[in-house]
Amino acid sequence: MRPDEISGIIRTKFPQVTEEAGTNHLIAAKESLLEVAQYLRNPPLALDNLHCITAIDRKEKMELVYTLYSIVERHGVTLKVCLTPQDLNVASLAALWKSANWLEREVYDLFGITFSGHPDLRRILNPYDWKGYPLRKDYSDPQLIAKPRL
Amino acid sequence: MMLSILDIIVLLLIGLAVVGFIAASAMFLIWWERKVSAHIQSRLGPMRVGWHGVLQSIADAVKLLLKENIIPAGADKLVWWLAPFFAVVPSVMVFVAIPFGKNLIVKDLNVGILYIMAVSSVCVLGIFMAGWGSNNKYSLLGGMRSAAQIISYELPLILSMIIVAMHAGSLSMQKIVAAQSGYWYILHPTMTLAFVVYMIAATAEVNRVPFDIPEAESELVAGFHTEYSGMKFAMFFVGEYTNVFLISAIATTLFLGGWHGPILPPALWFLIKTYGIVTVLMWVRWTFPRVRVDQLMGFAWKVLTPVSFLNLAVTGWLLLK
Amino acid sequence: MDTQQTKDIYTEEFLMNMGPQHPSTHGVLSLELKLDGEFIRECTPHIGYLHRSMEKIAENRTYTQFIPFTDRLDYVASMNNNLAYVMAVEKLLNLELPERAKYIRIIVAELNRVASHLVAVGTFAQDLGAFATPLFYCFREREKIIDIFDQICGNRLTYNYIRIGGVQFDLPAGVDEKVKEFVKYMRPKVDDYDRLLTYNTIFLARSKDIGVLPREMAINYSVTGPSLRGSGVKWDLRKDEPYLAYDKFEFDVPVGENGDAWDRYKVRVEEMRQSLRIVEQAINTLPEGDPTVRVGRVIKPPPSEVYCRTENPRGELGFYVVSDGSVYPYRLKIRSPSFSNLAVVPELVKGLKVADIVCVLGSFDIVLGEIDR
Repeated sequence: MRPDEISGIIRTKFPQVTEEAGTNHLIAAKESLLEVAQYLRNPPLALDNLHCITAIDRKEKMELVYTLYSIVERHGVTLKVCLTPQDLNVASLAALWKSANWLEREVYDLFGITFSGHPDLRRILNPYDWKGYPLRKDYSDPQLIAKPRL
Repeated sequence: MMLSILDIIVLLLIGLAVVGFIAASAMFLIWWERKVSAHIQSRLGPMRVGWHGVLQSIADAVKLLLKENIIPAGADKLVWWLAPFFAVVPSVMVFVAIPFGKNLIVKDLNVGILYIMAVSSVCVLGIFMAGWGSNNKYSLLGGMRSAAQIISYELPLILSMIIVAMHAGSLSMQKIVAAQSGYWYILHPTMTLAFVVYMIAATAEVNRVPFDIPEAESELVAGFHTEYSGMKFAMFFVGEYTNVFLISAIATTLFLGGWHGPILPPALWFLIKTYGIVTVLMWVRWTFPRVRVDQLMGFAWKVLTPVSFLNLAVTGWLLLK
Repeated sequence: MDTQQTKDIYTEEFLMNMGPQHPSTHGVLSLELKLDGEFIRECTPHIGYLHRSMEKIAENRTYTQFIPFTDRLDYVASMNNNLAYVMAVEKLLNLELPERAKYIRIIVAELNRVASHLVAVGTFAQDLGAFATPLFYCFREREKIIDIFDQICGNRLTYNYIRIGGVQFDLPAGVDEKVKEFVKYMRPKVDDYDRLLTYNTIFLARSKDIGVLPREMAINYSVTGPSLRGSGVKWDLRKDEPYLAYDKFEFDVPVGENGDAWDRYKVRVEEMRQSLRIVEQAINTLPEGDPTVRVGRVIKPPPSEVYCRTENPRGELGFYVVSDGSVYPYRLKIRSPSFSNLAVVPELVKGLKVADIVCVLGSFDIVLGEIDR
């Protein structure tokens, strides 16, 4: 299926899911994430592969991006969830897609977003007793290298 | 019977000769292995120290002598210190019964094979002591695996040797060689099977690939000799090459006619045959991957031992006919 | 530690650390093993020893300045990493490449795939105990590929060759002869490896039915690359979502049957053959022209996001690039194949023996550089 068809199907089923301007990325509210994810996993969409989870720190909000695709149907979709800086907590998808286990640990390690229901939420790349979340835009380490000359 | 001073001096000289031969042979074998492995792997091997690296072993020995002696913390000191001796000394003791030539044998014991089997079994104690005494989980695993492996492969080994003894009618090494003056024992069908079983079991006894699990480098770093450095490590190393020479020498004596051969002096024939088998063992080492522990044990108990028993029964029946 | 009492025998599990320094963990990876004798009860990997915070660095470097960093991700297959990143940036810029650039990129990427699989095959055989001989043969072949790359771009391991808009230099004179010669030389060597290793009894006994990865589990864990194809899933980005000019070439996608370590190894050997086919077709039909398109010194993509993935020797390498209109990326996420492939290993080794964990780890062919970034 083409991306706009998939987007259309999901938005008809879940009216509160919106589409990002100019792209076919879907934006879901964090409360309905688990429901939408469960729907995406079942046929007819059969998105059986959660490929990549990442987060983008937009200062006034934190965007979580999930890249899903289906090996059976050969199509994919990108799902986003926006979080406010005061409430960085979202449901974990580790029960639906096992690849989410380590990917969510990485997002927790680098951004500080906690995932409720995750079986083993600890840091993965930084040492276990590291303080701070490095990839946030306000992470000020005095040893951070200044931008080099162009 | 009291020994006179002359007897004692002669014994000491013979002992020195044997130990000297072992040292020289081990050094030669180490160089030979490096060259054989290098040429199999399409590279050259040692080339700088002496002509084509012949003196490399001496350089290595000097280096090992100068190394620091590190005792691991928490090691069981006496056991750890004694382990290399238990690994090397029994191998040296077996040389008493090996016939190098027509009259070149330290003592032609009339229970030669029994003596060889009994004494060489003590080697496993050395490995096990090294594994236990090092206070290191890798070494412990290596030691335990080795004990299991060596004990399992003793049985097929002894059975193949007994078949030879049955044919020759004696346990004495010189008599076995004399009985092969007509034709080599390997040409006899039951003996060919015994030879194959012997070679497999002997490779397992001395921890060579494909059975080198106790020192399985890619899994256990260095297995039971992880914590040894310097001269102690050299003793394990020399012990291993001495063992390789030993099993080849025994194979030559039992199956390939010992020192029999035309034209050349008998001692030279013996050495040629022995080093031939050693080279084949090295060839096998650098070609095959390693078997896993449970596959190793399964192979010993479910394949080799029944085959050896069957072979023994058939030989006995043929001889009684 | 758990203790269990069976009749009168008292046994304990013990904890062994296949620590960061180990001959077989393909890098600095620490595996905490709970052993019960020889059997593995639990395996916990600890990664992050090679974490160089590349994603944070990317936010302070221009798009061109980040290309050498991508070399160091999966340092065995540098060209493919460069390719994935540069394709992501070109998607942001909506750049159209000349045909010659596409062909050259395919040639170097496939040659690098052969080199990377040679490392995988050699180290896998060494881990199983065929000590050093297959490794030396594989590295002897790899030297020839590295010589070709040395002539093309001056580097032996981290190439920094594929640039935004094309490639760094055009192919020097004499390289196409060398490539054709290499393809002719390499074909019988791959058959050699088959004869030496693939059907050897001991090799089969060590790797068949070890670490079986079922199809559904592989897809759910997002395993990609030869590890996924070893489990019977026919998914290859070069065929299913073709990029560059891969749809112009004829090649097969090898697929395994059982999903055990032997299948994954066999898929890699077959892929070497297919890569040689692609290189041969590409070098014979190389179009003329300029291999680069001018992009200017300052690259400022319009504010947008893109996710671009390519088929690396280890799986699918994906770059999620977010740009905000300035010369620096706003966010760059690297989705590395070995990261997801490693996540499935602790599940597969439960109940196996210590010797098998090395076999399973080797068959997944991980590189710590791209796991830790």
